[in-house]
Amino acid sequence: MDGAVPLFRMEGISKRYGGVRALEKAELLVTSGSIHAILGENGAGKSTLIKVMAGVVAPDEGRMTLDGSEVTFASPAAANKAGIVCIFQELSLVPELSVADNIVISDPPTRFGMIDRKAQRRIAEEALARAGASDIHPLALVKDLPLSRRQMVEIAKALARKPRILILDEATSALAGADVAKIFSVLKRLRREGLALLYISHRMNEIAELADQCTVFRNGRNVASYTAGSKSDNEVVELMIGREYSHIFPPKPARAASAAPPVLEARKLSWVDRLDNVSLTVGAGEVVGLGGLDGQGQRELLLAFFGVLRGLSGQILIDGRPVAIASPAAARDDRIGMALIPEDRKTEGLMLPMTVRENLSFAALDRLSKAGVIDRAAEQRLIDDMVGLLAIRTAGLDIPVGALSGGNQQKVVIAKWLMRQPRIILLNDPTRGIDVGTKQELYQLMRKLADAGAAILFYSTDYDELIGCCDRVLVLYDGAVKRELVGVELTERALISSALNIHGENAGPTQGADA
Amino acid sequence: MKDWRYWLAEQRGTLLAFGIFIVMFFIYTANHPAGFTANVVQTASNKGVLLAFVAMAQTLVVVTAGIDLSVGMIFTLTNCLASWLVIGTGIETAFGVVAVLGTGLLCGAINGAIVIYGRLQPIVATIATGAVYFGLALLLRPFPGGSVNEDLADALTGRLFGAVPASLVVLLAVVLVVWVPFSRSVLGRAAYAAGSSETAAYMSGVPIRRGKFAAYALAGLLAAIGGLFLTFFTYTGDAAYASGNAYTLFSIAAVVLGGVSLFGGKGSAIGAIFGALAFRTIGDLLFVFDFDPLWQPLFQGVILLIAVSLGAFALFRVRNRLEWFL
Repeated sequence: MDGAVPLFRMEGISKRYGGVRALEKAELLVTSGSIHAILGENGAGKSTLIKVMAGVVAPDEGRMTLDGSEVTFASPAAANKAGIVCIFQELSLVPELSVADNIVISDPPTRFGMIDRKAQRRIAEEALARAGASDIHPLALVKDLPLSRRQMVEIAKALARKPRILILDEATSALAGADVAKIFSVLKRLRREGLALLYISHRMNEIAELADQCTVFRNGRNVASYTAGSKSDNEVVELMIGREYSHIFPPKPARAASAAPPVLEARKLSWVDRLDNVSLTVGAGEVVGLGGLDGQGQRELLLAFFGVLRGLSGQILIDGRPVAIASPAAARDDRIGMALIPEDRKTEGLMLPMTVRENLSFAALDRLSKAGVIDRAAEQRLIDDMVGLLAIRTAGLDIPVGALSGGNQQKVVIAKWLMRQPRIILLNDPTRGIDVGTKQELYQLMRKLADAGAAILFYSTDYDELIGCCDRVLVLYDGAVKRELVGVELTERALISSALNIHGENAGPTQGADA
Repeated sequence: MKDWRYWLAEQRGTLLAFGIFIVMFFIYTANHPAGFTANVVQTASNKGVLLAFVAMAQTLVVVTAGIDLSVGMIFTLTNCLASWLVIGTGIETAFGVVAVLGTGLLCGAINGAIVIYGRLQPIVATIATGAVYFGLALLLRPFPGGSVNEDLADALTGRLFGAVPASLVVLLAVVLVVWVPFSRSVLGRAAYAAGSSETAAYMSGVPIRRGKFAAYALAGLLAAIGGLFLTFFTYTGDAAYASGNAYTLFSIAAVVLGGVSLFGGKGSAIGAIFGALAFRTIGDLLFVFDFDPLWQPLFQGVILLIAVSLGAFALFRVRNRLEWFL
């Protein structure tokens, strides 16, 4: 492919969201008839890059040229017209419409102003066949299809638009082996037909099999481009990390991680296709991290402990005794004493229009009231304690919590649960989108709580955090615990390579040997 | 699976509403002193089509995951307007009809513009515009009165060939001229797609705004056809607040009975028509069984609750409890 004329070029593309730099002078070259892999860890800017390409977000600066002439895309439709079609990670299918309706949705064939259903059916069948998914009926409703089939529909839909550049963002993450093989042969055929393919995946073996060219992104910049196969996996991981430690973490206590008696224990937890025989223990005074790529079942695991999931198999033990946790109310009950700091504080953690005071005391109202009447004095004392402990900066307790900064909002969520003095604290990526200063305060707090005897299970998408805060880290992949990293093993390199499942076969702990 | 089974699955709500209506109507006519006669059918049809038109209007908006609380007031406003304009010579009457329908279309378009381009919530926007439309109706008809071209009125509320109710034929014509082209057009599909998943539709480059706008505007038109028919039945215009509100609420009930999802993206105006006819038949059933008419709201409520509960069964299958609140 060397020396081929570039079909598409991006130069100096930058994009900010508020104060966060998602892309910083990014460059990219795409040539026809090749598969170009984009690599990078969570938040490296890959998603923003393709959103810019596909016309979903407008870049703050930089230029794009297609066939040598400059282009700008005001909408996804404009990008489609120019021949750039993207298959997004979050599916873009309309659930209540049929497969055929979805495939032609951007540009349905019409006759006398009405949609020509025969032509639509024909186009859909052709596209499904081209995507190697002729087994899907064009009249089936998308919402009735399992996730893996939807992904095939998504690919057929993209092909029906006759793209010149096809972008696949984690297109195989929902697929099983047989479907992946099918897609690979489709992609290789498309490459022979002269399409340019951009392939974003975290699965190194897929990239090794498919890609002609690779570009690595880090912190919103493209840090390296190379011909596929010219670098080892370890070199690639090195390129993906390359990041300085920017946070100050409290010192970890020096002791054997397994010394503490387990407060929280899971035995072979499985749920639908998201959790696969997860077993773990968390002792009193211990901070256990959950690592891995986004969406490998970490969130579901926390929800499972917190009594949100139905149809869970396996066992949860508290203080060594099996318990059935039927709801969040049961989980926070004093006998279990669990708290979950949710990922999305705006919908699951706070009632934004209500006051700081009301939000703080919600979870503890039963403890603060006698015969249904709230003891105002006790409430005030506890709130004062918490505001002091967490250093919540607010203009007053009676202003809406929505008026606080993100970091202070997160502190309110945490304080709300600490008011119950929980023994088990589950944290779901609590530092996402908050400033560095507040992050540091939260790290100190976590260690303080652990030292006071709490058992903490901490999911984070930030590898630095896991290394700096946790006594142990369990890395999840595809809903299963693939690796446990303790002490000196806990390095960024080990975290990333096990998150990508590079050592998949030999490094995992023995899982599911007996059922 | 065969094609027809997919079709069946898609039309389940509509067929269910059709079934409910047929059963109720059968019980009604079987117990009617006069039995299944052209007269009984004509009366039932004339009562039913009014709500059927308004329910069709509601369907268009509900499909986009919105709601139109002004349909009853557009219905009332166009009734009052028709009692001034749809009168006189043939030409004058024809212009009157066009003006009334145009007014409905304009009302709907205003709703759509406020909701889509003003980004207000449909429920708030249409409560406000509904009040405005009713205010205009009151200015037109402070007291009930006016008149209508009686030749036209009698023709459209009478019978064709001595057997078929003309109002039913008009309803069918409206379905063929308005609903079928809309539901099969690109704009109609955009309305459905926007109602089902607006982000997915946007990501796919669907003309969401135009689709939703068309839905709101056509809803105004359909409500105006209903208002026109009200004038044909009553020969007068009447700015009746209670009746306008009742039509709005009943239209939502009819839509739900007709298998249209209030979450948007699913259902058909045909289902809503049968939902409306079934809802109307409840009152008739009470009549033939000699119940006090005071029971009517209670029974309508119970039937509606049962219909809505059928839709709630899906919640039992949810495995992640957080999805209950989505």
